[in-house]
Amino acid sequence: MQEAIIAEGLVKTFGDVRALDGVDLSVPTGTVLGLLGPNGAGKTTTVRVLTTLLRPDAGRAVVAGIDVLKHPNQVRRSIGLSGQFAAVDEYLTGRENLQMVGELYQMSARDSKARALELLEWFNLSDAADRPAKTYSGGMRRRLDLAAALVVRPPVMFMDEPTTGLDPRNRLALWEVIQKLVEDGTTLLLTTQYLEEADHLAHDIVVVDHGKVIARGTADQLKAQVGGERVEVVVQDRDLIGTASEVLRGYSRDGVAVDKHTRRLTIPVQGGAKLLAEVIRDLDARGIEIDDIGLRRPTLDDVFISLTGHHAEDADEDEQDTHASGGKSGSGGKTAAAVPAAGDSGKDAA
Amino acid sequence: MTATDTTTVVPKTLAPKTRGGVAQSVHDSLVIAKRNLIRMMRIPEIVVFGLIQPVMFVLLFSYVFGGSINVDGSSDPKAFREFLMAGIFTQTVTFATAGSSAGIAEDMTKGLIDRFRSLPMARGAVLTGRTIADLVQTALTMVVLVAVALLVGWRIHEGLPKALGAFGLMLLLGYAFTWIGALIGLSVRSPEAATSAGLIWLFPVTFVSNAFVPTAGMPGWLQTIADWNPFSATVQAGRVLFGNPGVSQSDAWPMQHPVWASLFWSLLIIVVFRTLAVRKYRSTTA
Ligand SMILES: Nc1ncnc2c1ncn2[C@@H]1O[C@H](COP(=O)(O)OP(=O)(O)O)[C@@H](O)[C@H]1O
Ligand SMILES: [Mg+2]
Repeated sequence: MQEAIIAEGLVKTFGDVRALDGVDLSVPTGTVLGLLGPNGAGKTTTVRVLTTLLRPDAGRAVVAGIDVLKHPNQVRRSIGLSGQFAAVDEYLTGRENLQMVGELYQMSARDSKARALELLEWFNLSDAADRPAKTYSGGMRRRLDLAAALVVRPPVMFMDEPTTGLDPRNRLALWEVIQKLVEDGTTLLLTTQYLEEADHLAHDIVVVDHGKVIARGTADQLKAQVGGERVEVVVQDRDLIGTASEVLRGYSRDGVAVDKHTRRLTIPVQGGAKLLAEVIRDLDARGIEIDDIGLRRPTLDDVFISLTGHHAEDADEDEQDTHASGGKSGSGGKTAAAVPAAGDSGKDAA
Repeated sequence: MTATDTTTVVPKTLAPKTRGGVAQSVHDSLVIAKRNLIRMMRIPEIVVFGLIQPVMFVLLFSYVFGGSINVDGSSDPKAFREFLMAGIFTQTVTFATAGSSAGIAEDMTKGLIDRFRSLPMARGAVLTGRTIADLVQTALTMVVLVAVALLVGWRIHEGLPKALGAFGLMLLLGYAFTWIGALIGLSVRSPEAATSAGLIWLFPVTFVSNAFVPTAGMPGWLQTIADWNPFSATVQAGRVLFGNPGVSQSDAWPMQHPVWASLFWSLLIIVVFRTLAVRKYRSTTA
């Protein structure tokens, strides 16, 4: 079995909304696919179809070698789902939650118990094992939810925006768990609105918007689509934008992009750091004071803009908060995360 | 270990092959029932408030209406209290179904239902488990209520086995009504709506009946409805089996054969509404 997940021509409409409009996917066994798109793009709907929760209007899906529409119950034995909202029973303890899930996967009571113990330890929840999940912090709940998805060590995992709403520390911890799973050979389909998350975790990325796949490839391939490096300059004096533009034109065959409002000038370049130094010297020689200058490599956000004409963030104003907290965390260094979840054990739940 | 083992090992699911069939349905329903009973223990308010209302009804009806309603030609308040209890007991088992509506509606709004639906579990076990847990709760409520009834002077006159039979019929009706409650809970959008929707229909069903007043005083058409009301059959069966006064003398078949009528109605309701509820559950994409 080469492909752990195959989707062909998935269509799903809700009234007038075409939530999925012919989505094709394939995920090789043991790899991570990042399904990337703004709010309402159809990510959750895709996951729901692939995890047997929703019947598509058209199309075909095969997960773990089994036809999703024909044999949903067999598919369910081989998948784990961690949905967009933590799916745990608040009044049950962590242990009871995991045991219940094990028993509903048809494991014996004894096996469920043993597996629950193992997972509680692995997810740093042993201390809180016998407290109702209601008393857990957000990060702990997420971990319990993920543990529940892993009860049967499913070969294929689906995670729908697993880090949405998590603080940076918990986010990094979760990334480590995900990487560990993948090292163990699990195939993972992960949805995210965070471009850097897909960049960081996924082998392949599929960008969806309005229920359609608008791009696919590795992060590097997608970035290459947008073009290479650029030099960006912000000049101090608005009146000198024209002069600066003249200087920069000497370094670019494709012209200079000028944003008068932010006093930002951008040119595509190839020379890298060496060229940057030349540009600085040249501007200096003309007496142009600069507020900021830098070499910019394209991010997936640039990919998004070039594909859809808007920022990923623009899709939904309400989501601004989560974006703001999510957008910056990735660069915060990796020191905070220990295996598999740092700090945040039983203590922080008041 | 051979050299080829160095490639990553794809995990194999720990989930056993599903058994399917009745055995799995029973197993899965019991797992869910256990979950709901644990919740019940952790939210004792639900049980407590479930008790207050029927106890209040016993006391209010006994002392407010007792003496002003004739039972078998007697206005003795004691006769009315004996008459009343089968009605209150049966009303209690049916009113408990409002909790099922709300509980199921609440479950459906939580992500937990997606987890259940993504597991290889028996269809309908989420609902069956809930109805079983609700039945256990109702049975506990009944125990307390019987104690209160005995305190206000209610007695059984036909022996314990028949009385137990009567309680069995009442619980069966309550179980049947739980499936109606489940369907309501699946059909509304929010737990709040489910709480009212799950309660409203119970008022006409329990009041257009022989539960609180003898039907003889109702207009003819209303009496016909009351006589054929599934709820009335169980109340009548209760009175007959407890040996309480006020047994309806109506010619309607359910009033003449209340035990059979009660059994028939309950089983019919279970078959119809369980089918509808399970179908609804499976098609709901909430
Ligand atoms: N159950 C539903 N009923 C009606 N519309 C829905 C339903 N689920 C999703 N949609 C619509 O389908 C589109 C895709 O939704 P979704 O898959 O949840 O997007 P995403 O997860 O990428 O944010 C959205 O426009 C959404 O409003
Ligand atoms: Mg979503």
